[in-house]
Amino acid sequence: MLIGKPSEIPSSAITPKDQYLNRRRFLRGAAAAGVAALGAERVSRLISPGMDALAGARLQTVKSGLTTTGEDLTSMNDVTHYNNYYEFGVEKTEPAEHAGVLPTRPWTIRVDGKVAKPRTFDIEDLLKLRPLEDRVYRHRCVEAWSMVIPWVGYSLWEFIKLCEPLSTAKYVQFLSYYDAKVELWASRSNIRWPYSEGLRMDEALNPLTLLTFGLYGEVLPNQNGAPVRIVVPWKYGFKSAKSIVAVHFLDHQPPTTWNDMSPGEYGFYSNVNPGVDHPRWSQKAERRIGEPFYKAGRGTLIYNGYGSAVASMYDGMNLKKYF
Amino acid sequence: MKRSTLILLKTGTWVACLWEFALLVYRAVMNTLGPDPVAKMALTTGYTTLVLLIVSLGITPVRKLVPKLNWLIKFRRLLGLFAFFYATVHLLTYVALYAGFDVNTMITDITKRRFIMSGMAAFLLLLPLAATSTTWAIRKLGGKNWNRLHKLAYVAAVCGIVHYWWQVKPGVLSPLRMTVVLGLLLLARPVLAVVQRRKVRAA
Repeated sequence: MLIGKPSEIPSSAITPKDQYLNRRRFLRGAAAAGVAALGAERVSRLISPGMDALAGARLQTVKSGLTTTGEDLTSMNDVTHYNNYYEFGVEKTEPAEHAGVLPTRPWTIRVDGKVAKPRTFDIEDLLKLRPLEDRVYRHRCVEAWSMVIPWVGYSLWEFIKLCEPLSTAKYVQFLSYYDAKVELWASRSNIRWPYSEGLRMDEALNPLTLLTFGLYGEVLPNQNGAPVRIVVPWKYGFKSAKSIVAVHFLDHQPPTTWNDMSPGEYGFYSNVNPGVDHPRWSQKAERRIGEPFYKAGRGTLIYNGYGSAVASMYDGMNLKKYF
Repeated sequence: MKRSTLILLKTGTWVACLWEFALLVYRAVMNTLGPDPVAKMALTTGYTTLVLLIVSLGITPVRKLVPKLNWLIKFRRLLGLFAFFYATVHLLTYVALYAGFDVNTMITDITKRRFIMSGMAAFLLLLPLAATSTTWAIRKLGGKNWNRLHKLAYVAAVCGIVHYWWQVKPGVLSPLRMTVVLGLLLLARPVLAVVQRRKVRAA
């Protein structure tokens, strides 16, 4: 069906740019527009992997002083095929199968609330805002498994500076992309969408909190939260919101998805802490993804091992109460 | 049913029941259990236990509805025992890979965590059923007592399903399908009993 006579008209003149950037949408649009009009050579190039600005494309990166050393990286295959992204299904393998439909271009982040002036940022501008750093972080899921992931991004505070938050802004809320017509799997679980997460202002400004655009030196695969997410390495993974479309600066603690679903199990803070068990399982140990079953287990570190950079933010706080 | 057919079907049942276990062992040896092998083992064995338990509970209602399938009874013990087998492997993955054979960890888990408690209850309920599965035990207990005792399979299945619900995150509906099937099976028994009584009266 995709084989047609080469045409005089360049395909870019027929297909809007945002459509031919996204393979899935391109294919859908092309089918409707009449595929025969498109040159065969062009088509083969478009459907090959590694397109501009899409998952798999290389990013220009620099070294980072805030990277984690002394850990073996989790394989890229495991990082990208063992995901919790419930909008694309609740099984770990589902996001990799389904997230291809996520339209990552065009993409904007709406910023409002306690800021000097509400603004909308375009993903292309955000990618150019600061040099993209390679940052290896341990990633500890609340389900007691962990990975070591080489993320690509820059500290969130660089972006927050640009947002000009007012002094009354005490919390930041992150909202993830949600479209029931695209994320058909979201309605299979009884969760209120869109996914919402939040941080206290000092947590959001901590240099370790990463505004993330890629992993393994490449553009984020959709199932890992493309095109832009946050990574908060000293907290359980669910705090690191994916595919962010809105950032609200607030004077109060925002409602967050898992905390709303089950406040006794998922605290607002959710700092990694082997001393505070999840009601259903112990958090003292974790399973390192990719290791064989007989040596996957290892002890969990307080603040996931990032205490020297973050512990002072919680001085005097009862970590059992504010878990 | 011909003896050769029965032998063929029994062999098929053995192969089908052992399939998941063989696959797990093979993958464990080849180290191809996937990103999270421990969870994979625990989830697969737990899920298979519930499937086998529910299939074994389905045999009686099916026989009552379709008398021609009466011979299915010859497979119930096998399915029940395989359910027990998977439950045991499931428990062992917990003891070895989650609790690391640590008795204190297990005591904390069993006393503090309802999700572990319900699973343990299901296993303990299956224990006397497996122990009295021999023909000798049936004869010794007498059919009536044996039947009464083995109604515990329903309780074990309910505990297993509760264990499943308490294991998944709130809002996740993965156990729903199995719950509906078990619910239908629980309903089928009294409904079929009433229907049968009416038939007897009409006759």
